Amino acid sequence: MPASDRDTDHTARTGKRQAEGAGATDRRLRTIGALLALPLLAAACEGPQSALSGAGQEGAEVGRLFWWMLGAAAVIWLLVLGGAIWAVMRPLGRFGERGANYLVLLGGVVAPTLLLSVLLFFGLNLLPDGVMPEERLRVEVRGEQWWWRVRYSDPATGELIATANEIRLPVDRPVEFVLDADEVIHSFWIPALGGKLDMFPGRVNRLLLTPRREGSYLGACAEYCGLSHALMKFTVEVEDAAGFDDWLARQAAPATMPAGAAERRGAELFSAVGCAGCHRIRGQSDLGDVGPDLTHVGSRPTIGAGLLPNTPQNLLRWIARPGAVKPGAKMPAYDMLAPADLADLAAYLTALK
Amino acid sequence: MSETQSPYSDPQDDPDVRRAQEERLSRVWAAPRGWRYFSAVNNDKVGIWYTLTALGFMAFAGVLALLMRTQLAIPENDFLSADTYNQMFTLHGTAMMFLFAVPIFEAVAILILPAIMGARDLPFPRLSAFGYWCFLIGGIFVAGSIFLDAAPDGGWFMYPPLSTKQGGIGADIWLLGLSFIEVASIAAAVELIVGVLKCRPPGMHLNLIPLYGWYVLIVGAMILFAFPPLIAGDFLFEMERAFDWPFFDPERGGDPLLWQHLFWIFGHPEVYIIFLPSIALLAMMVPTFAGRPIAGYSWVVLSAMGTGFISFGLWVHHMFTTGLPSVSLGFFSAASEAVAIPTGIQIFVFVATLMLGKVTRSVPMLFALGALAIFVAGGLTGVMLAIAPFDFQAHDTYFVVAHLHYTLFGGMLFPLLGGVYYYYPIATGMMLSRRLGVWAFWLMFVGFNVAFLPMHITGLLGMPRRVFTYSADMGWTALNMTSTIGAFIFAAGFLVAAYDVLRPKGISDRAKRNPWNAGTTEWMMEMPPKPWGARCVPHVESRYPLWEQKDFLKNYDEGRYYLNDAPDGRRETIITSVLDAEPIQCLRVAGPAFLPMISAVLLGAAFILATFKMYTATGIASALFLGAVLYWNWTGTAEHPEKEERDIGLGKKVPLYVSGAKSTGWWAMFITMLGDLTAFLGLAFGYFFFWTVSPVFPPEDAQGPGWAWPALAGVLMLTSWAATLAARQMNGEGRVGAARLSLAAGAGAAVAGAGALIAGPWFSGMDPTLHSYPAIVWALVVWTAAHAGAGLVMQLYCLAASFAGRLTPRYDADLWNVSLYWHFMVFTAVVTSLVIGGFPLLS
Repeated sequence: MPASDRDTDHTARTGKRQAEGAGATDRRLRTIGALLALPLLAAACEGPQSALSGAGQEGAEVGRLFWWMLGAAAVIWLLVLGGAIWAVMRPLGRFGERGANYLVLLGGVVAPTLLLSVLLFFGLNLLPDGVMPEERLRVEVRGEQWWWRVRYSDPATGELIATANEIRLPVDRPVEFVLDADEVIHSFWIPALGGKLDMFPGRVNRLLLTPRREGSYLGACAEYCGLSHALMKFTVEVEDAAGFDDWLARQAAPATMPAGAAERRGAELFSAVGCAGCHRIRGQSDLGDVGPDLTHVGSRPTIGAGLLPNTPQNLLRWIARPGAVKPGAKMPAYDMLAPADLADLAAYLTALK
Repeated sequence: MSETQSPYSDPQDDPDVRRAQEERLSRVWAAPRGWRYFSAVNNDKVGIWYTLTALGFMAFAGVLALLMRTQLAIPENDFLSADTYNQMFTLHGTAMMFLFAVPIFEAVAILILPAIMGARDLPFPRLSAFGYWCFLIGGIFVAGSIFLDAAPDGGWFMYPPLSTKQGGIGADIWLLGLSFIEVASIAAAVELIVGVLKCRPPGMHLNLIPLYGWYVLIVGAMILFAFPPLIAGDFLFEMERAFDWPFFDPERGGDPLLWQHLFWIFGHPEVYIIFLPSIALLAMMVPTFAGRPIAGYSWVVLSAMGTGFISFGLWVHHMFTTGLPSVSLGFFSAASEAVAIPTGIQIFVFVATLMLGKVTRSVPMLFALGALAIFVAGGLTGVMLAIAPFDFQAHDTYFVVAHLHYTLFGGMLFPLLGGVYYYYPIATGMMLSRRLGVWAFWLMFVGFNVAFLPMHITGLLGMPRRVFTYSADMGWTALNMTSTIGAFIFAAGFLVAAYDVLRPKGISDRAKRNPWNAGTTEWMMEMPPKPWGARCVPHVESRYPLWEQKDFLKNYDEGRYYLNDAPDGRRETIITSVLDAEPIQCLRVAGPAFLPMISAVLLGAAFILATFKMYTATGIASALFLGAVLYWNWTGTAEHPEKEERDIGLGKKVPLYVSGAKSTGWWAMFITMLGDLTAFLGLAFGYFFFWTVSPVFPPEDAQGPGWAWPALAGVLMLTSWAATLAARQMNGEGRVGAARLSLAAGAGAAVAGAGALIAGPWFSGMDPTLHSYPAIVWALVVWTAAHAGAGLVMQLYCLAASFAGRLTPRYDADLWNVSLYWHFMVFTAVVTSLVIGGFPLLS
């Protein structure tokens, strides 16, 4: 798998963890699946956004169900097609009217009724029961065009901590995502952990997921939401509880003013040229709330909602012409600023760790 | 006919008599020549135009798909911009569904149904032509928008609020253009349902109807109940876009989910509306190539009905990820699985038929087997997707893209192409090339699987649908490249088939009669086909008359069945009773005319001008359309025959004029109004949907229309209805003067009733832009008042017809049809009054 510079490390890590983490049953089922269908399927579990990587409890259960369904489907397909081809190819045989009736009755009624009942029993067992466990973590996510507004609550104060396009989760702790949308419908999906749920304006949906394996994954919007639907992604980092708590504590803290001259000039520009009208930087600029909160933007792995690795060059590129990176992005272009100004702005934002 | 002295005891023994009959029939049924060719209304002409146009739109949508596959071949490609890509996938889905999949059913049915029924034509040839021209105009309007960079880009499902908030006219083109085409679809459905119910050959009892006829009947009925909710939804949607009535805006009491419900109540049956007609083609082909009757006729009919019925209870599986309660998810999962059973039965009946027979290998059979391989795979992934928890993962990914293309290619496209090879002789008198057919099949079959099999994996690897690009590190690159290569291989196969269909044919391509040795009625057709459709209308006593009825072809050729002549120089076909196919009328069907085309152009102008918000021009075009339709009715329908009865042969004499439930017009009205009522119930559903999703509905501080005006409106509408019925009764009794008075009174009450209906919300100052409550009340009122307007026009038409001597106590079909309209009208009006005036009193 070719990996570009920007995501090399988490792709590699994901791959390794998957290799270690798969259970014996999973491996056996995967082998059966691979033999029955296509060699390509063997590779199917890999990838940062794979629904078959089974890094979360819900996703893993559905993954197991899928392999069973795939095996059964392959057998059924072979039987039906084999029967039809045999019927066409064979010389006139001893097959009578009564046999035909039995075939229709058995193949068309009895077998599907039995198989589908079994499937429904196991399949519907996986439906969410609507009970949210006490110890769950709560994360509010709002879909915007085309980025994700994310809010954690500070365990110390209960206050909401805003971030964007990045979700971090402690392993083995259930997490309740409280989902809604700003203007149009989106769908919140972390394939590695489990299924998706739509986000509506004016309506709250709740999704329960339980990450079971540490690693870096990707999430994406799964409901067509306009021009740059394809570019609405986010990163998901599942880590141990201590790492998560550290991260959350850092996120809860207000931004600190960086020391360097360029960064300081960047901070002044941030207010002067209008960035502050839309973006909040807690502790330094509390005006705007239209765009993503940038309090700790420097610590995020990507910018532009999972689009570009978070480097000063990419930040500069984004600020200069967001529409060139993400068609239709609501942020205006700042390419009228001098290159030096842009560089200072980027330096300032990069320093907001 | 047999006045002169003749050496033959039976005149049909005389070759000269037969030749003279054939000449008269040829003359009467000949299509016009030169530029008047386009005034043709014969089913064999309109059917071919319709089929070619639908296939043309398919090719267009296919080219869009190839462009999209090119864009996705490599990651981060800049071949297409995001905007262009979004227009393309929207138009690809829209065109494939509305400009190809549904119209092709109607096209093929218009082309072959009369032949299968042994009829000369469908009962309303001009309606078929009108539908065709609507389809052509609407299709060009919708598809052409992409060349002006103005195509809809909200997805073929047009979810609000995205599509209600979008600027530009793309969404309006979608809504109005498609509503226009839906009119054509419903017109064709009405035509085809009446065709199956009333135009069967004498003797063809219900249990002898060829399976194709059953499928047409079922699919026609499904269109009738599936399209209207979408039309209701379109109406609400366009009201929101054009006039800011907030049906789907959550900030003003609306709900985007209402659209999703209305859309998928249409959208899921739609899948089966597309799939069943192609299965119907298989049901005709499989027995032919097995050389024996179908192995379970009743199984097929019942399970096709079951599929159609269950398909209306599955729509929520398109909405599994919207956050519905688990109880609903479980119910709709189970229902979605259940539909696999009747579908499976049909497939097993085909397999059993093949097993019982001795199979002849042919190109259509190759396509049938390919269809089976693909469709079963698509059905099995459908079974997976019906399990809601699996759908949570797979929904809106390439897994679903793969699934739906497997079902549609296997369930629709491959059988259809098999059908093209099979029925080509009936349309043209020529055979398609076996060699090219085999090439086309294998290229398409291999190309299809190379394109779509990998998409299952792409989807499970997390690739969402409707993305114009993806990054290189997702692990999707090789899979996408494979899919793109497959798409082009498929396109090559399609080109081979298209070339075969369109290439000039020589003498060696001429079809001999009944080239496949089939047993069903359509293959009695002479090769090359004659304009008359059927030399005579046969008496059918078997499901496979060519195999099972003695001397069937000989009797047919010698004109020994019904209607073997056109003595009066008129186009005629036999109308039979619904259950037993007893002849009850000799229907004189309409001949060539430009009127259908002109009417379609005017209606098209009304819809297209409304897209550009040119409402005055829209009004003018609508008025002209109304004028054209009235003229059409006045000059072209319910004519008084010069004699009461017609001898149709075999000792049967039937009337030339019937009214009421015996007539095709009455049935057409009845079927149309069932569809119309369904649309109205879609609107009423909207009212109660808001009630269920809002904590208080109507909102506490909201001004309602009160109860007095709606009650008065209800009473007035009831009066108008009763007056119309009384007029029909009195006219029948010969009291023409009283009937006219009663009609006039009814018309007055209709005007007053519509006025009272509007007065309710008007005088209480309900502003439809403020909240979903006044908006839905106004929507119901506007709908009902417009219908009262149509009812009024009909009453006045009858009044005028009475004065002009067109409507008499003997010739009263118009009044029967109008009173039937008013049955539905009064129901609509009373329900509207009760809902807007009565319901707020309860809650």
